[in-house]
Amino acid sequence: MRDEADQDPVIRLRSIRTQFGSHVVHDGLDLDVYRGEILGVVGGSGTGKSVLLRSIAGLQRPTEGEIEVLGTDVRKASEAERAALERRWGVMFQDGALFSSLNVRENVEVPMRAVEGLDPDLRRAMADLKISMSGLPYLAGDKYPSELSGGMRKRAGLARALALDPEIVFLDEPTAGLDPIGAADFDTLIRRLSDTMGLTVFLVTHDLDTLHAICDRIAVLAEKKVLVTGTMDEMLKVDHPWVHDYFHGPRARAALAAKDAQKEG
Amino acid sequence: MPATVTTDQTDDGSVLRLGGAFALADLTGLHKALMRAAAAGPVTVDLTEVTRLDTAAAWAIAEAEKAAQSAGHALHLEGADEGAAALIDTVRAALPDPDTQTKPAFSLLHWLDGFGRSVAAGGVFLSQLLGILGVFIARLGRSVLHPSEFRLTSLVHHCQEVGLKAVPIVALMAFLIGVVLAFQGAAQLRQFGAEVFVVDLIAVSILRELGILLTAIIVAGRTASAFTAAIGSMKMREEIDAMRTLGIDPATALIVPRVLALLLMLPILGMIANATGLFGGALMSWIELGISPGLFVTRLVENTDVSHLMVGTIKAPFFAIVIGIVGCHAGLQVGNNAESLGRQTSAAVVTAIFSVIVIDALFSVFFAQVGI
Repeated sequence: MRDEADQDPVIRLRSIRTQFGSHVVHDGLDLDVYRGEILGVVGGSGTGKSVLLRSIAGLQRPTEGEIEVLGTDVRKASEAERAALERRWGVMFQDGALFSSLNVRENVEVPMRAVEGLDPDLRRAMADLKISMSGLPYLAGDKYPSELSGGMRKRAGLARALALDPEIVFLDEPTAGLDPIGAADFDTLIRRLSDTMGLTVFLVTHDLDTLHAICDRIAVLAEKKVLVTGTMDEMLKVDHPWVHDYFHGPRARAALAAKDAQKEG
Repeated sequence: MPATVTTDQTDDGSVLRLGGAFALADLTGLHKALMRAAAAGPVTVDLTEVTRLDTAAAWAIAEAEKAAQSAGHALHLEGADEGAAALIDTVRAALPDPDTQTKPAFSLLHWLDGFGRSVAAGGVFLSQLLGILGVFIARLGRSVLHPSEFRLTSLVHHCQEVGLKAVPIVALMAFLIGVVLAFQGAAQLRQFGAEVFVVDLIAVSILRELGILLTAIIVAGRTASAFTAAIGSMKMREEIDAMRTLGIDPATALIVPRVLALLLMLPILGMIANATGLFGGALMSWIELGISPGLFVTRLVENTDVSHLMVGTIKAPFFAIVIGIVGCHAGLQVGNNAESLGRQTSAAVVTAIFSVIVIDALFSVFFAQVGI
């Protein structure tokens, strides 16, 4: 299922160049994301991981380059094409980015309101289902974002991103700021949802445990482009100094040990 | 390929054949068809032709399964591929437990409860305001005993923000009020041939009431909100907690300079408002009624008792304290989210303006009773 060679990429980036003033963030960046995989994007601070996510999701225009998502060129798409495309992906922002004036259920209902012919009672039930599938208790639907903890806000943000059963979800640091147990639960949740709903997941992370636990492939951003992509095992063999330090540092060894212990146990 | 649902009746109940790619828009129809079939008798759901099953369709199937079970029938799934079966399982596991769907019913007791709570909250609010006032006085006293702790730079900065920068708007407002008073007074007094009394009208109303009251209202709008926003955003970013851990007293650093600046500046702003208000009135009297500036000044000096000015000015410090305390209190009430900052800022403005008017009314009653 995750065989790269015979599959068309759902996201295809070619020679992306992003520039803010004289500051070049990406230069000649290429990346492919395949259907059904979980791709983890890593890189040092300021290497433009979030910028890349925002560019693909159409929140930002790169200076040059081609971005093709689900066969549509994001940069040249008409408004109608873009609207159709936006229904096929969901974005979870770092802190959930929930609308503060709406409760969690209403937040999840927001994208569903655009669907014609959907009965309001069914919409409510679907929102409750998505909240429940994101691992929140049923009564959390009545709460407002300010009443939720950081982890719950992230789950609510994920529920909203999944509202329309998207084909691709973009996750910006899904486990940042969570305690290790919460982070591990969130990893499992993403893996399970990806498997059952056939999601393609593009996630930006710093969390080595996440990379070990759920990512099918890893893309390393460095030197203004995607330096290398591949599985975790392949990453461990790369001898670029930054990549080597990243995947062989003390934290990386701890994460690897944890993963091995899990396999044995 | 769009989603299709076809229903066949057989001897063993109904067979629903689903086909195509399901999306959220197909849910209403699918849900209805499934529920109707599940209520009527045994159902077989055939998923062989389905190209894409979404969570909504999986939910409808899981719901129909529950409905069929409670009606005593069975629902069979056929032709579900691995992915669809996994999705239906996930949805089944995530179905909310209906027992927890209790909502509190509305009753008189709840209403009374809410009413009691809001009354108590009002009491708490007043006592908190008094608490801030007490802290202000205590820290001010401490600053007198230990002048080195006093933040002079901060005081000067706030005097500039609160006083100097408010001069243009206050002066313009008072000037226009003077003009309006002269204009409206002239129209009425001319009927009695008593145009010259417009001077008394303007002088008494501006010096006694309008000059300081309208200044206080403008300052309440401009400064109470600024205090709340500044202190509130510091509270939001835990800067106030940081101050405490560093041994800096937030009240001395934040509240004393702000309230003291208001206390010093509001009487001065009131004086400026009085002067420009009288100037506006005199100008309009000259243009509209032909009362020369000389005559205006003479009547003003001869006929207007200085007690009017005293009555007006004595209110300024009270207004200043209330505006400052309300603004600082609202700032300290801000929680750790942006909504509460916005809510507290607008609440501070409303409370400050309302309190200024209440105090003004109390003063009016007081002065009427003692006969000034």
